[in-house]
Amino acid sequence: MNGERRIANRESSDGHRSGIPHYLSLYAALWRNSVIREMGFKTSFLLWIVVETLWFALQLSFVSVLYLHTGSIGTWTKWQVVALVGTSQLIQQLFTALFLTNLTNLSEHIRTGKLDFMLLLPVNTRFLVSFRQVDLGGFVSAAGALVVIGYALHRLGHTPGIVEVVGYLALVLVGLSIHYSLMVMLAATSFWTVRAQGIVWGYYNLFNIARLPDEAFHGPFKAVFTYALPMLLVSNVPVKVLVARIGSPLEILLLVTVAALLFAASEFVWRTALRRYTSASS
Amino acid sequence: MGKYRHVLSIGLQNTMVYRLNFLFRATFGLIPLTATIHVWRTIYAGKADGGQVGSYVLAEMISYYLVITIVDALTAVTEDDWQIAADIKDGNISQFLLKPMDYLTYRLCLFTASRLVYAAVAVVPTGAFLWVMRDYLVLPPDTAAAAWFLVSVGLTALLQFFMSFTLALLAFWVLEVATFIFVAFAFEYLAGGHLFPLDILPPAIAGALDYTPFPYVLFFPVSIWLGRVPAEAIPHGVLVQLLWVVAAYALARCVWSRGIKKYSAVGG
Repeated sequence: MNGERRIANRESSDGHRSGIPHYLSLYAALWRNSVIREMGFKTSFLLWIVVETLWFALQLSFVSVLYLHTGSIGTWTKWQVVALVGTSQLIQQLFTALFLTNLTNLSEHIRTGKLDFMLLLPVNTRFLVSFRQVDLGGFVSAAGALVVIGYALHRLGHTPGIVEVVGYLALVLVGLSIHYSLMVMLAATSFWTVRAQGIVWGYYNLFNIARLPDEAFHGPFKAVFTYALPMLLVSNVPVKVLVARIGSPLEILLLVTVAALLFAASEFVWRTALRRYTSASS
Repeated sequence: MGKYRHVLSIGLQNTMVYRLNFLFRATFGLIPLTATIHVWRTIYAGKADGGQVGSYVLAEMISYYLVITIVDALTAVTEDDWQIAADIKDGNISQFLLKPMDYLTYRLCLFTASRLVYAAVAVVPTGAFLWVMRDYLVLPPDTAAAAWFLVSVGLTALLQFFMSFTLALLAFWVLEVATFIFVAFAFEYLAGGHLFPLDILPPAIAGALDYTPFPYVLFFPVSIWLGRVPAEAIPHGVLVQLLWVVAAYALARCVWSRGIKKYSAVGG
């Protein structure tokens, strides 16, 4: 009991060390670590970029084969769907770069008791669990996705205005936060069942839905993947803004609201789960 | 032979542990499947009545993906390649060099065991899904086709296993074998017909693929089920598939014997 109190005190007494600048400098240090680590495995770094590029090409080839046989899916044209697949890839790669390794590692930290160590550090544990490592290859693949999106816009003959571009980028970040919140909640299940890694990887399958045009869906499937697991919003809404096909601002509002609710839910689940934690070691 | 029966039985018992895991995987696998079916329905809805994509009507297209799910449950290599690569990296194969047990046969028994357990578990969610989709499910045209389908699925399982086995053996030479497995998997995903039926590809590409083993990894048995291979062409196709299996087996043996020469176990 005493120990806990002392740590809490120290954090609040060193007021100048707990603000946003402090966390930014911490994050910079974590970045530096990650870069040094990646440099140790140069071949593997390059090979993984090849793998990601190949899977992206696979998705694009699926789209082009579909459009060999049809003029549109619902009202989505070919290059709109290419922009959609590109955006989904962009979000997925940013997610991989920033969060994926960290969150999948959580169950490992719990299993081995490493989480004890993280709880003792004078930083927010959720911050540390979420941001510990950066996967630089993800940024390279994300840049590739941006190129594809740019080409799709060129083929559409559409030059988005500054408002559309800024709105698009902001909504991409909102979409990213949705994936992050959902994944935090899934990863937190490893406080109950230690082997949650499978569930977390299973979640990755849901990215498959995010790159499909929302108009292809209806009924309960659409309802579930719009409101509960909003896969049909995360990349569809930003792209609609970018290619100026957004039906009503309500869609944007829906995306932002769902993202905020999921973030609050993830914080709640995280706190509840942490309260259950009883270390792995004796 | 008796010893391999024991391996099979141990494999069955070991994989039974993962039955719940398998159930989740089979159930979650239905989500992307449902999504794909939705997309195709929308595409067909945009066409005039009786519309076709390639030579597929809607029911055939949906059935294509349903049958893929069935074949996949019976033949897909899921964990085996990772385990083989790990066995090599961690030095676990040393014991097989000393024991009168052939590693490839041993692995084949474990693969069979895990597929049997997986199929037995997956039959529940997949069966329910097929029942819901029954109006769209095209059945094999006759018993002969159904029988050939089963033969071809058996060969598909062997082909997939030998190809994965060979790939995993790269662990003798390279450290990061996972990337190679993912690259090959991506290629097989497209060329095997996982993503869409190969005969809706431009004819030149589809024709070129015919000279590779990939259509026989998945597309061929599915086409037999759907009655898209003419009855008189089936035996010839199965023969070609058999030849690819033999070739893959020979390659696996060859790579293994070379790998063993390169192999050096480190540590105790």
